[in-house]
Amino acid sequence: MFELFRNPNFDFIGRRRWAYIISVLFILAGFGSMVAKGGLRYGIDFSGGTLIQVRFEKAVPVDRIRRALETVRMGESVIQEFGDTREYLLRLPATEAGSEEVTKQALAALAKEPELGPPEVRRVEYVGPQVGRDLQIQAIYAALWSVAGILAYVAIRFDMLGGMASVAAIVHDVLICLSAMSLTNREMSLPILAALLTIIGYSVNDTIVAYDRVRENRTKGARRKGESFATQINNAINQTLSRTVLTALTVFFTTAVLYLFGGKVLEDMAFVLTIGVVTGTFSTVYIAGSLIVDWQGWRERWMARRKKAVAKA
Amino acid sequence: MRRNLGLRIGLVIVVIAVSVWYLYPPRSSINLGLDLQGGIHLVLGVDVDKALEAQVERAGDTVRGELEKKGIAVSKIERRGISDLAIQIASPQSWDSALTTVTEVLGAFDRKEADQAAGRIVMTLKPRETTQIRELAVRQGLETIRNRVDQFGVAEPSIQQQGENRILVQLPGVQDPARAKALIGKTALLEFKLVDDKVDPETAVRSGVPDGDEILYQRRVDKETHQERKVPFVVQKKAYVTGRDVATARVSIDQNTSEPYVSVDFNAAGGRAFSDLTDANVGRRLAIVLDGNIHSAPQIRERIPSGRAQITGGFTSAEATDLAIVLRAGALPAPVQVLEERTVGPSLGADSVRQGIVAILASTVLVFVFMMAYYRLSGLIADVALGLNLLLLLATMAGFHATLTLPGIAGIALTIGMAVDTNILIFERIREELRGGKTIRGAIEAGFSRAFKTVIDTHVTVLVSGLILFQFGTGPVKGFAVTLMIGIAASLFTAVFFTRLLFDLLYMGPHKRESLSI
Repeated sequence: MFELFRNPNFDFIGRRRWAYIISVLFILAGFGSMVAKGGLRYGIDFSGGTLIQVRFEKAVPVDRIRRALETVRMGESVIQEFGDTREYLLRLPATEAGSEEVTKQALAALAKEPELGPPEVRRVEYVGPQVGRDLQIQAIYAALWSVAGILAYVAIRFDMLGGMASVAAIVHDVLICLSAMSLTNREMSLPILAALLTIIGYSVNDTIVAYDRVRENRTKGARRKGESFATQINNAINQTLSRTVLTALTVFFTTAVLYLFGGKVLEDMAFVLTIGVVTGTFSTVYIAGSLIVDWQGWRERWMARRKKAVAKA
Repeated sequence: MRRNLGLRIGLVIVVIAVSVWYLYPPRSSINLGLDLQGGIHLVLGVDVDKALEAQVERAGDTVRGELEKKGIAVSKIERRGISDLAIQIASPQSWDSALTTVTEVLGAFDRKEADQAAGRIVMTLKPRETTQIRELAVRQGLETIRNRVDQFGVAEPSIQQQGENRILVQLPGVQDPARAKALIGKTALLEFKLVDDKVDPETAVRSGVPDGDEILYQRRVDKETHQERKVPFVVQKKAYVTGRDVATARVSIDQNTSEPYVSVDFNAAGGRAFSDLTDANVGRRLAIVLDGNIHSAPQIRERIPSGRAQITGGFTSAEATDLAIVLRAGALPAPVQVLEERTVGPSLGADSVRQGIVAILASTVLVFVFMMAYYRLSGLIADVALGLNLLLLLATMAGFHATLTLPGIAGIALTIGMAVDTNILIFERIREELRGGKTIRGAIEAGFSRAFKTVIDTHVTVLVSGLILFQFGTGPVKGFAVTLMIGIAASLFTAVFFTRLLFDLLYMGPHKRESLSI
């Protein structure tokens, strides 16, 4: 039998402070970069605008394209290399003129540069301001509904405490993903939202597996006398560790392959999925279990203090 | 336990047979999304208010005619806001008769205000009528666009209403997106209006036009400099003949200039109106107006009794063809606006398919090898189950005519990773039971039944996310939700039911096995 962990007995819960610090630092770094860059970047799906993907016959320096587009002055446009130096994404702001006019102007400007050669238009996406706003609102609803759905399921299946901890782990995972996106300059788009929602559903899986084990151990009476709550959780995490890591590993394989070979269009989505799988495993081991332990600790201390106060009075 | 073994084997065989049947032949059974095969995705917003305004204005014209017929002088009729019509009566002595006439003629309106002292009646469109006109505008728009697309010739177009006043148009494999878009989005309101030669256009631009007139422009492009110029014309607001009167339209080539033009045949009523109009106005200029732009304004030389008109104006051959199409299909009842567009060229779609297949194959190989290396024979069983899962996933998509999109390919890749998770949960549990001292059979038994609850848990949470994504998603994202949900659901059958069957066949037979390869 080939085993990843043989009877693992790591003290995860005991070292939870370190996990908290790492998570908080990463999220702070991510949000710091967001602030420095003026907020999370939204793709045209949410902000509205026009996106044109063009491919030239031969490699073209980005300055050339920039100069060509400056001649038509379309406001703030972003030019981004896409895959190789033949292919570029032109991101043009939403204007009154509509997509047709903007696309026509941009392509006409490119055609005027004789050295560029006529580009092949591979993709045009236009999202009007109204649709962008609608999608924003729908995205927020979708995220809230997902979280509510998971919370309800875990709360019914286990208890409210478990549900809250799962939600905390989910929020943690989403924040980590958003931070990673900001640090690597990725835009929030519809496929990325899909990736985040999938992560929400997936990352809670391992958490459930661990909770289930806590409950099973209790009913089996495997709990030795005097065993603290923290130890129970820690044991459950250790007992389910190999399956937590193995299930994450297979999904990690596929998302990493998707990131590497799935093509430029899917790259961002695959990136977020990959980060989400990693942080989802991390948050199962550290965040969800640890938070419950801390919560229980706070509650016990609070109850003790109240008892003391009552006794004094 | 080898309960119902025959039945279970039978079920698996039936499932495989049905899947293969749905998937054959593979090329035509799976529907590729626009992002994979290339094409246009358009969301059009129908400006329904414009349809209301037009309706109100038409009612205004009718009521003016009726009042004048009865000798009641009208000083002004104008639309206020979207659905109000204000009628100013010039002669106070005929107030009662005016009020009766207005109420009679405007059956679709409610009276909002009737001020006898001021001689003013304000009518407002009934709410029920308003809803009806709005709905009709969207429905007719949909029909008209469908007509145009049919005549343009697109294989398997999809045109459907989305929400209250949006139209979703999907045209796979269109080579010239700009042309298709122009064809669909053009209102194509054709009007024949008389030019008011008494007013100088330049003066009118500066100091306004007389009542009943308006300024429209003709675009002229200088052949040498390619500069565009807008030339103003003062025309009468009243359109004598419109696109509604057109029976058919086609492209012809001018013998002298060899330029294409569009020849329009009117229907009987239109032909009569055109004949009368040209008869009464010989020598004047007739503006041919399309969507508020003057195409040309030729002089009427003589009465035209043939019921045929020509629209010239320096068209390219494609422009003339498209104009003929839109004139035949009729005008949109209300203008439309492109709210969202996603156009993918065929080359990008082909690239995406190629990369998607590479990614799916690579992840399958990686997961296959990993499972076999880690779980040996059991891993191989899981791999066979995974293969069956992919077959089921594709067959279900073919059966439901679901669309495979680029994010959908990501969903398949994700399914590959997640489907074996179910087997990992079960195998780890079996290993644990073995370590706990159970026999091989006992461990398999306990592993499957104990892990089942957890398997259900993990399936439910992913399905919750998938359902919400499906509900929310547009095109491509929906495709992702579809593949993910089908794949996850199928893994219940393949990773639990099917794997269990293979285990039963291998380890639960009459011969007792000494070791479990896991």
